[in-house]
Amino acid sequence: MFFSAFSFTRLRAQFIKEVLSVLRDPRSRMVVFAPPILQLLVFAFAATLEVRNVDIAVYNQDAGRWSHELVQRLDSARFITHVRHVDSQLQLHELIDRGEVIAALAIPVDFSRAIAAGDSGRAQVLVDGRRSNSGQITVAYLSSIAAEVGAEVVPDAQAPTPVVVRHWFNPNLVYRWYIVPGLTGILALFSSLMITSLSIARERELGTFDQLLVSPTSTPEIIISKSLPALAIGTLLGLFMISAGVFLFGIPFTGSFALLLASLVLFIASVVGIGLMISAVSMTQQQAILGAFAVGIPAVLMSGFATPVENMPVVLQWLAQAIPLTHFLIIVEGSFLKAMPTGDILASLWPLAVIALATLTMATVFVRGRLQ
Amino acid sequence: MSVAAPHKNADSTAQADLRRFDLRRLIALVTKESYQALRDPSTLLIAFVLPVVLLLLFAYAVSLDAKNVRVGVVLESPGAAAQELAAAFAGTRFLDAYFAHDRREVADQLISGDLRGYVVIPQDFEQRLAQRGSEPLVQIITDGSYPNTANYVENYARGVVQTWRAGLDVAAPPQAVVLEPRYWFNPELESRQALIPGAIAIVMTIIGTMLTALVVAREWERGTMEAVLSTPASVAEILIGKLLPYFVLGMLSTLGAAALAVFVFGVPMRGSLAALLLLSAVFMVPALGQGLLISSLARNQFLAAQIALFSGFLPAFMLSGFLYEIDAMPAPIRAITRAVPARYFVDSLKTVFLAGDIWAVFLPNLAAMAAIGALFFVIAKRATRKNLE
Amino acid sequence: MQANTAMATTPTSASADNAAVVIEGLNKHFGDVKALRSLSARIHYGRLTGLVGPDGAGKTTLMRILTGLLVPNAGRVTLAGFDVVKDNDAIHVASGYMPQRFGLYEDLSVMENMRLYAQLRGMDADRNAALFAELLDFTRLAPFTKRLAGKLSGGMKQKLGLACALMARPKVLLLDEPGVGVDPVSRQDLWRMVQALTDEGMAVVWSTAYLDEAERCESVLLLNEGQLLFDGPPQELTAQLKGRSFRLEDVGTERRAVLTKVLDLPSVSDGVIQGAGVRVVLREGATVQDVQQLADQAQVRLAQVPARFEDAFIDLLGGGPGGTSQLAERLSPVELGSDIAVSCRNLTKRFGEFTATDNVSFEVQKGEIFGLLGPNGAGKSTTFKMLCGLLKPTAGEAQVVGHDLRRATGAAKSRLGYMAQKFSLYGLLSVRQNLEFSAGVYGLEGETRRERIEEMIATFDLGGWLSSTPDSLPLGHKQRLALACSLMHRPPVLFLDEPTSGVDPITRREFWTHINGLARKGVTIMVTTHFMDEAEYCDRVAMLSRARLIALDTPDALKRIAISSERPDPTMEDAFIHLVESAEREMEVAK
Repeated sequence: MFFSAFSFTRLRAQFIKEVLSVLRDPRSRMVVFAPPILQLLVFAFAATLEVRNVDIAVYNQDAGRWSHELVQRLDSARFITHVRHVDSQLQLHELIDRGEVIAALAIPVDFSRAIAAGDSGRAQVLVDGRRSNSGQITVAYLSSIAAEVGAEVVPDAQAPTPVVVRHWFNPNLVYRWYIVPGLTGILALFSSLMITSLSIARERELGTFDQLLVSPTSTPEIIISKSLPALAIGTLLGLFMISAGVFLFGIPFTGSFALLLASLVLFIASVVGIGLMISAVSMTQQQAILGAFAVGIPAVLMSGFATPVENMPVVLQWLAQAIPLTHFLIIVEGSFLKAMPTGDILASLWPLAVIALATLTMATVFVRGRLQ
Repeated sequence: MSVAAPHKNADSTAQADLRRFDLRRLIALVTKESYQALRDPSTLLIAFVLPVVLLLLFAYAVSLDAKNVRVGVVLESPGAAAQELAAAFAGTRFLDAYFAHDRREVADQLISGDLRGYVVIPQDFEQRLAQRGSEPLVQIITDGSYPNTANYVENYARGVVQTWRAGLDVAAPPQAVVLEPRYWFNPELESRQALIPGAIAIVMTIIGTMLTALVVAREWERGTMEAVLSTPASVAEILIGKLLPYFVLGMLSTLGAAALAVFVFGVPMRGSLAALLLLSAVFMVPALGQGLLISSLARNQFLAAQIALFSGFLPAFMLSGFLYEIDAMPAPIRAITRAVPARYFVDSLKTVFLAGDIWAVFLPNLAAMAAIGALFFVIAKRATRKNLE
Repeated sequence: MQANTAMATTPTSASADNAAVVIEGLNKHFGDVKALRSLSARIHYGRLTGLVGPDGAGKTTLMRILTGLLVPNAGRVTLAGFDVVKDNDAIHVASGYMPQRFGLYEDLSVMENMRLYAQLRGMDADRNAALFAELLDFTRLAPFTKRLAGKLSGGMKQKLGLACALMARPKVLLLDEPGVGVDPVSRQDLWRMVQALTDEGMAVVWSTAYLDEAERCESVLLLNEGQLLFDGPPQELTAQLKGRSFRLEDVGTERRAVLTKVLDLPSVSDGVIQGAGVRVVLREGATVQDVQQLADQAQVRLAQVPARFEDAFIDLLGGGPGGTSQLAERLSPVELGSDIAVSCRNLTKRFGEFTATDNVSFEVQKGEIFGLLGPNGAGKSTTFKMLCGLLKPTAGEAQVVGHDLRRATGAAKSRLGYMAQKFSLYGLLSVRQNLEFSAGVYGLEGETRRERIEEMIATFDLGGWLSSTPDSLPLGHKQRLALACSLMHRPPVLFLDEPTSGVDPITRREFWTHINGLARKGVTIMVTTHFMDEAEYCDRVAMLSRARLIALDTPDALKRIAISSERPDPTMEDAFIHLVESAEREMEVAK
């Protein structure tokens, strides 16, 4: 009897089985597709490092013109909701302690007098260091308000604008333009990681894995058939979120769609490989899920999504190169905003291909090793 | 069947809820759960290894403070002043300057991501400097696709130019209004000091919500729930017996992470240990309640894990104010964050570590966490009755 | 009515007729499905009551109502004088329950499981050391107290489950199919334990699909489709069958053909193979004439034998299935290159220090039904798994239709069918999708694939269930589906791992009708089982004990070994126990 090590028929049967395992139950269909899309909508607005809607406390001991001018400008600043006036240093401290204001301005008695005398009017700004990042941004905003006041003091000063700043790709620095493409990668990563990490562990717990092993199907067939549905679901989710980025959030898409699609597929494939590796070594579904978490969270943190990879220590930068998301983020951000040329995309694409190949091979080896 | 029948059933359910409480049974259940938890390597991985990894990453990898940002400096002018300014860029510790003579070269590197921005010192730089005209001296170009980094590049580059210019121009009038910022609680402005306490909240959410959802779903899947339900143990005992070990695990994990944060990563501990413990204990109420609720809705581990991921972990990560400022979110999303227990915990943790025991911060947070927790428990209790229907 | 209920719920420790459980007009439905219909019965103290009936009869539902885990829709049930609904708390104290799926925590040790259930029942484990020792002794689990429950064999798990249910001496003990997956030696232990308990006055309810178990009960409740068909001592029902049971003696190799013919006779209600003979039960009012004629044709002796409870049960449910397997009819005879279908030489498997299979060799002929028997943990499963390629042998070799499983695994695997214990089907896929999957995974395509699937649906009567999930199927249909899936590619060798665990006698007969038909077409069948009436169907039986092959012969020859003065006509079960015990004695002596 003719026997081939690779059969399309067998592969198709397993593929359909895998797809149905994930999608036949309406509840599981729901949890696969609905939450990531909802999360995208929520997080796209939630994840911002801008500062808005904050309260500022002001302890103004000066009755002069310039402090009045300064306070008025604070009142009309768009990022401030309320300016809270207090009349003691103690109250100022309390408001900061309680986290009710992000910063507090203490204007001394001689503020206006010093300015009138041609000196510098010095005001102290207390910043809540618990919110270190927003605190710094707040100080920057306040400084520019102070500069505006300063410009009024000496309106005739012919100080040349020393610098001109241009933000390429995202002139207004809209944070959402950055976060949405990134979220696409993260949400697709978690979805495909969860689906694949459970796939072998669940069959093992329910006993159907033995049934599969006695059939003539080969290990590569098992791996491929388990990869494809997750690959399809992950890619579909990714595509959906990318189109949401373009059509819903109006983010300019300047790069090559074909290349992005290819990268998305390779990215999901490498994640699927990781998921299958976890699944192959897990004894139970619980171990598989927790394993996926223990791998997924650090991977996201080191991928450069939250903070740039180049800020990390060198060792971690090397490690980050092994994380598929690191490379995909570069490609997806580049494709959306930067019109990244093919050469640059390929530079991040080949590591994805290497990771995918390595993880899928390892997964195959692990499943074989399980045959004992 | 008479009309009275459904009435009778309702009565009996109410009665079953009022079972008396037996400490010995509870201890037995707790012992059982503890053995199970301790014998599964995945539990230990999540409770003790993951926190260490996360803290390490928050200490060293995830830093919101931009350091050594690679910036190109295009020096088109051969003049001495231009050279001096370029030297000033090379001297700053915040920027990693890379010198070039052609804009096109650095522009490509900006696209590939090798540079996060560049400064152009134009050919007629000396001229412009001398004229004091309206022509800008230098041009700063940033990579706007990373808005946060772009902001840093702008601010630092501006700073470098201003400082250089101030040193050059002694006669210039003093700035009229000078703000002197002082950062409380975190004078060095290290973002890790603010991030590490938040990381504890993430770990606690995973242990409380994810692990609990899984272990309860597993009892249903494996059929052990049926056996336990047929014993005299009451629902309350079964649920508490299930949750207490994970409560303790969560607290141990918090203590371990706190010790690591303080002694290894140098995060100050300005509040009291008692306050930290109280806050953590109260946070475990909504975390465990949510896990329990999920498992009573989905008696299958795949569903439970997915729901826990998207309703517990990701919101704790994105909507808790740990990475992203809640104030800056649009109003509807700010409203959603009020339902995320981690939000209150992150706020309290930052305070207890960096600021001290400020009860004005803790009390409303404690109340909110307790209220959300109570709500979860009430719903979960309704969904878990002491029979199989 | 309310007042009445309240009165009745006050515990009356011993009602006049000593009833432990009183069921009156009980109804229970799940949606449109009526699980129990106006059921009324009494269960008495000091008695072992069997709860029998085919799959889906409502046995588990009744058990769950008795333990207060389900609430009846109508009717009233009291247990030890307590209303199961109103006095739910008291029910959990008065009753001990052992669910079908053990309810053991697999990552806790034997002792830890026992302590847990003791404490849940309000006992102080330390003060009850004597009871623990007694239970451990009782269950013969004393040497294994530190072993994790997940690592115990099936029989040990059942015994541990029983020990856990026995904590705090309940007044009523409810056991849901405790005999499933338990070998005859352990089953004997279970019986001994339960006997001792009823002697002490406990009421024990034993739900089972195995009628030799029911026959041993003092009283049985026979359920069918939610209704009570019979309530009384099993002998009473058996007596109705007097004079209707016969055996065709020593039919030999032709017995499968004879069985097929016998079962197709209109006068016959039931028939099974017993070793070399064929057991026949006549329909009510039918004469023995047709059977006698058949016996004459085959030139064998027809003897009258005493009726069994099983005969009565099948008869009460309208007789067994016919003798012709639609499935086997369509099959063309299997052609193999050689007469040897499966063989193994010096097969050995070690897990670390532990030897699971030790130097086992045998050959299985084409078309043979070959049984692999042995106590739980004797190495049966390990041997079986090595034969079908799920485990790699440490030493020795195994061949299936001439292929070494270590080398040409894929090729060898496409020639074998495998039906796993507990019917491993994909619970998330529908019945049709399961069939399509197994057709595809064995490489069937196009027209063949469609034909085969339709054929399986028709043969196994799965048409009405195609879009349901396997988990919602009655056990019998689930088993049919599993068999259909494993036969999709028409394998010349079929491996069956405890194929009828927990399945009712009628479905089991139908299953064996197919197996017999397949064997007649030359399909080789390898089967492991704990049920001795299934061992009787085998041509030859290999007995394993403590990893070694201790006997290999026909069922009748094995029974003959066990003949003694007090047991002139031993059953297969007697033979099993005899062989295992004497092998153990020999090994002790050898030490």
